[in-house]
Amino acid sequence: MTSLPSHPPAKRLGLAIDLDTCVGCHACATNCKEWNTGAISAPLTDVNAYQAEQRGVWFNRVYTYEVGGEGPDARTVHFPKNCLHCETPACVTVCPTGASYKRSEDGIVLVDHDKCIGCKLCSWACSYGNREYDEHVGVMKKCTLCVDKIYNKNLPEEDRVPACVAACPSKARHFGDFNDPNSTVSKLTRERGGYDLAPETGYQPTSKYLPPRVGKRGPAAPAAAPAPALAGAGRFLKWVDRVLTR
Amino acid sequence: MHPAYSVIFFTTASGAGYGLLILAAIFAVSGLMPAATWLGFVTTGLALGLIAGGLLSSTFHLGHPERAWRALSQWRSSWLSREGVLAILTFVPAGLFAIGWVFLGTTTGFFGWMGALAAVLAVATVISTSMIYASLITIRQWNNGIVPVAYMVLGLMSGALLLEAVTRLFGVHGPHVDVLAIVLLAAGWVVKLAYWHSVDTGRSKTTLASATGLGRFGSVRLLEQPHTEENFLMQEMGYVVARKHAQRLRAIAQLTLFVVPLAATIAALFVASGLAMVLALVAVASLAVGLLTERWLFFAEAKHDCMVYYGR
Repeated sequence: MTSLPSHPPAKRLGLAIDLDTCVGCHACATNCKEWNTGAISAPLTDVNAYQAEQRGVWFNRVYTYEVGGEGPDARTVHFPKNCLHCETPACVTVCPTGASYKRSEDGIVLVDHDKCIGCKLCSWACSYGNREYDEHVGVMKKCTLCVDKIYNKNLPEEDRVPACVAACPSKARHFGDFNDPNSTVSKLTRERGGYDLAPETGYQPTSKYLPPRVGKRGPAAPAAAPAPALAGAGRFLKWVDRVLTR
Repeated sequence: MHPAYSVIFFTTASGAGYGLLILAAIFAVSGLMPAATWLGFVTTGLALGLIAGGLLSSTFHLGHPERAWRALSQWRSSWLSREGVLAILTFVPAGLFAIGWVFLGTTTGFFGWMGALAAVLAVATVISTSMIYASLITIRQWNNGIVPVAYMVLGLMSGALLLEAVTRLFGVHGPHVDVLAIVLLAAGWVVKLAYWHSVDTGRSKTTLASATGLGRFGSVRLLEQPHTEENFLMQEMGYVVARKHAQRLRAIAQLTLFVVPLAATIAALFVASGLAMVLALVAVASLAVGLLTERWLFFAEAKHDCMVYYGR
């Protein structure tokens, strides 16, 4: 049933993504593709994979923005984006077949690929562009929050996190339950002022973004003193200078 | 938004079919159209044929057309599902109404009630079709109160022009059809002008600043997109061809959808019945071109909010 769960989910699993520490390496996107092309959403197909006009299904994409103009306050912000597992997702309610659903136990938004007719209406309803159509398989696919990994008892406990979180080398991605006030994601959201993307949609994303820190930027460092000229030095001294400079 | 030809044909053909069904039911039930066999056959056959052809066409853009029956299950939450359910429900009274008219030569009593019920369900179906688009807050050109009005008025207008042709063909034409056609053509024109004015002056609430939440630090500009080639999102949501020629295409749509049919319908009032028949067919042919252009623009001019992430 594509109506939303009648009661708020017991858990609200999601991510807190730290825009301060993300270095834009795309490891999250790559590991996501790697895990999910072999997991319940398999295969994540590509079209023209080895030629021009290639495109394919990716659940996680990293954008890079220039923020604050071009002056001294300008900064580059790397911005990874995947499904936010909204509290009131229109992508679920518009689904005519019941293929899209939001789990009542943990709030994860999933697609049942056996029921999907590939009408793409859910991707039209998502404000964030986080659903991707698999044109080879003819169904809609999306981030599962690695539902087949986070509950997988065959994996060591420390590996039961979404693939994107496991891959991040700068700890910019945190996974947890937003209903638990003591979870890392809840604490980070409180302490760092975690926010919703495009709150005007009213979809109430579960996952939060932690803003880049303002940082302490003093005046620009003075230019390094010019190297003393070697004018007048003999060949020997120039040789000594070369050796010592090495 | 990418204009899928199957969806364009579906919304225009079934819209015209429902329009014709509604008007024919009203006229036949109220005795303004005779309960003659061949008139009934052509009228209801044309209406139901356009509806069925449109519905069939709409399944062609699906990834899995063989699963289309599943779309009837979620009418509680989904306008697309409601449309499917209502479309199929409409066939029941519409079919009975057609049987009464064609085979039993009656459009009153039980069959009259079936005609009235078919008309009511047809209105609900067209509104549901329009709400699939109008309910999407992500696309401001669709999330607009004029959209359901435009779908309804253009459907009825198409039905009126088809009715002009059919009634002239069978020699049962009367001034009530002309009045209806001219009023609906004028109404359609006003509604479309209002729609275009509305989408030209509106702005989306979602900007790159709000979508990234980075507006607090000043201006936000895309430096690098995540991938070098166009992906599904950019092909589906970022269709740009129409915006380049929008004004010219709107002029073509107005000419073919309103100006030519209006001129032909009015001119037909003053000429012999043979020429009037030709003019009615000219109006229908022009209508077809106009509807396809208008509906193509409806899709192609619409921009999805998620494109702001790509700096578009």
